[in-house]
Amino acid sequence: MNTRSYDIVIIGSGAGGGAVAQELSPLCRATGLRIAVLEKGPKLRDDEFTGGELEMSRAVYEDGGGFLTADGAMTLAFGSAYGGSTVVYTGTSLLPPARVIEHWNVPGLMHEEITRRAQKFIQQNNVHLLEDTLINENNKLFVEGCRKLGWRAEQFPVNVKGCRGSSLCNLGCPNQAKQGTNRVQLPRAEQNGVEVVTRCEVLRIEGKSVLARVTEKSADGKGEPSSWPPGDYRIQAKAIVLSAGAVHSPALLLRSGFERTLPRLGRGFTSHPAFILVAEHPRPITNFVGHPKSFYLDQFAESGGFILETCMYFPFVTAKSLAGFGAEHSSFLRAFPRLQMILVLACDHIDEHNHVSIDSAGRPVVHYRFTPEVAQALVRGAIASAKIFFAAGAARVHLPVASSPTLTAADASRLDDLAAACRFVPGKTAVSAAHLQGGCGMGRSARDSVTDSRGRVHGHPGLFVADASLFPNSVEINPYLTIMALADRVAETIREEWQALQ
Amino acid sequence: MAAPSPSPDPIVPVVRAFVCTVVPEADALNEERWSELRRLIDLALRDRPAALRHRFRLAFFFLQWLPLFRYARPFTALAPARRARFLSFLENNSLQTVRIGFFGLRTLALLGYYGQPQAAAEIGYAATARGWDALR
Repeated sequence: MNTRSYDIVIIGSGAGGGAVAQELSPLCRATGLRIAVLEKGPKLRDDEFTGGELEMSRAVYEDGGGFLTADGAMTLAFGSAYGGSTVVYTGTSLLPPARVIEHWNVPGLMHEEITRRAQKFIQQNNVHLLEDTLINENNKLFVEGCRKLGWRAEQFPVNVKGCRGSSLCNLGCPNQAKQGTNRVQLPRAEQNGVEVVTRCEVLRIEGKSVLARVTEKSADGKGEPSSWPPGDYRIQAKAIVLSAGAVHSPALLLRSGFERTLPRLGRGFTSHPAFILVAEHPRPITNFVGHPKSFYLDQFAESGGFILETCMYFPFVTAKSLAGFGAEHSSFLRAFPRLQMILVLACDHIDEHNHVSIDSAGRPVVHYRFTPEVAQALVRGAIASAKIFFAAGAARVHLPVASSPTLTAADASRLDDLAAACRFVPGKTAVSAAHLQGGCGMGRSARDSVTDSRGRVHGHPGLFVADASLFPNSVEINPYLTIMALADRVAETIREEWQALQ
Repeated sequence: MAAPSPSPDPIVPVVRAFVCTVVPEADALNEERWSELRRLIDLALRDRPAALRHRFRLAFFFLQWLPLFRYARPFTALAPARRARFLSFLENNSLQTVRIGFFGLRTLALLGYYGQPQAAAEIGYAATARGWDALR
């Protein structure tokens, strides 16, 4: 067993870990603190971001993007690379609604503070609205459809710099335009002296040390080798910050035996389950050129429990998202240049069944069932999407929750009759989720939560959480800015309490 | 003396019949493309837990032999229309386990076919790093 010693170890390098690393990094320069970020995934060279669907999925996603819930009914997509999921998101940068933070009811956590802390990252990561000339027809048709229906589509602020419109955000930007932590926070932290160790999976936390395993680069894999030789390591630290995401953070604490003192560990998992819906227009449109996710519709989040977002996926993911098989299924794929896509996200809320556990080998297992509310929200969102598609001029729409999935314009007036929650069939209807939240929720005490409002794990001084697992309930929007704001708060707490932590 | 050639994997014709039912265009693939399709599927399963890989093999076994009870023939011996009817039966089954098993097999078939750059090009998908510049 190799040994290493640091003052602070941060586990994970995504929105949470990257933000904490940056915010603590001045301490390396000012006081000589030793800080390490341990990242399970690899660091890819710029020229390795090729945009190839399967090769990039294998390189930067957990399980190649095919991580399944325990019953196999939902695919969870999350990054595993230097930069975590910020490598594979679309860079959509929203602040949480005030009502959501009020509903979280975490003592001392106010909406105003999250907004204020997020401003720093909005500046750093170049968040702005894309100019109109960079908006493709896939997005414009969404806006037009909404307008004809009297709905107000909003433009996503996005964190890109020099976007060339490759549409490949979800496979890692091949032009280094997206400003994730891999482009902004981690390089800044490293400049200040933080050490980032890739291919380093943390197996357990034992008191003030972590046990980790560094793996060799596979012969056909992408990315640089780890800066540490392959092998097992015991790493001592005065403070440990867990930023491994809503699946791995709870799983790591469970593997380490923390459930004995933290009965809520792994509970409160939410994910914004989502459909990808597809429509065919009579003519080719610009869809796989341009930023894929420029607009959204959230006016039904409260009343209908769903949000709609523009999107554009790749051939395999699109094929998987369509229901059925055979000639009809193929006919949609063969119309790819004419396809418009909308992502329907359900605003799910805590359900006692939905949680993260571990299997006998210590691997994370996510238990998730679709509540009737989620099924209804997805169906309502699907119907709204179909209305937008047809209002925008689509010739036919693929609606997996309709009695027959392929609908034509003649069906537009009776969508409410054709689609029904009873046609949402887990295991048949493709559902995926990328906004994984909860599992180490904030709250008052170990009875109702895992951490306090500043990410301190109840009853374990020196152990912090700084990622989406902190969310005590769904954030109902794309989560990365909220994660960074909370991580900023955790970093501030560590700075303020550093003397006591030593 | 030449080494004996390995016995062919009995799952291969089942996979082939299944893929062609899910994606009819796969029927026109040449041997090189079939071999790439199998390579992509193998690659997707390579790093997954052994239990999952075993479940997939088992699922293909059931796919091949369950039609015996319904049509008195294995899946590979069915006419295309009957294959499709049988797959619809699995896809719409009242048992979630059966539906999810079918969904998993369907996912592998779609991955093997649409994961190939040639297939992407054939359906008109042409995203590149050049983005807007590629249009101008």
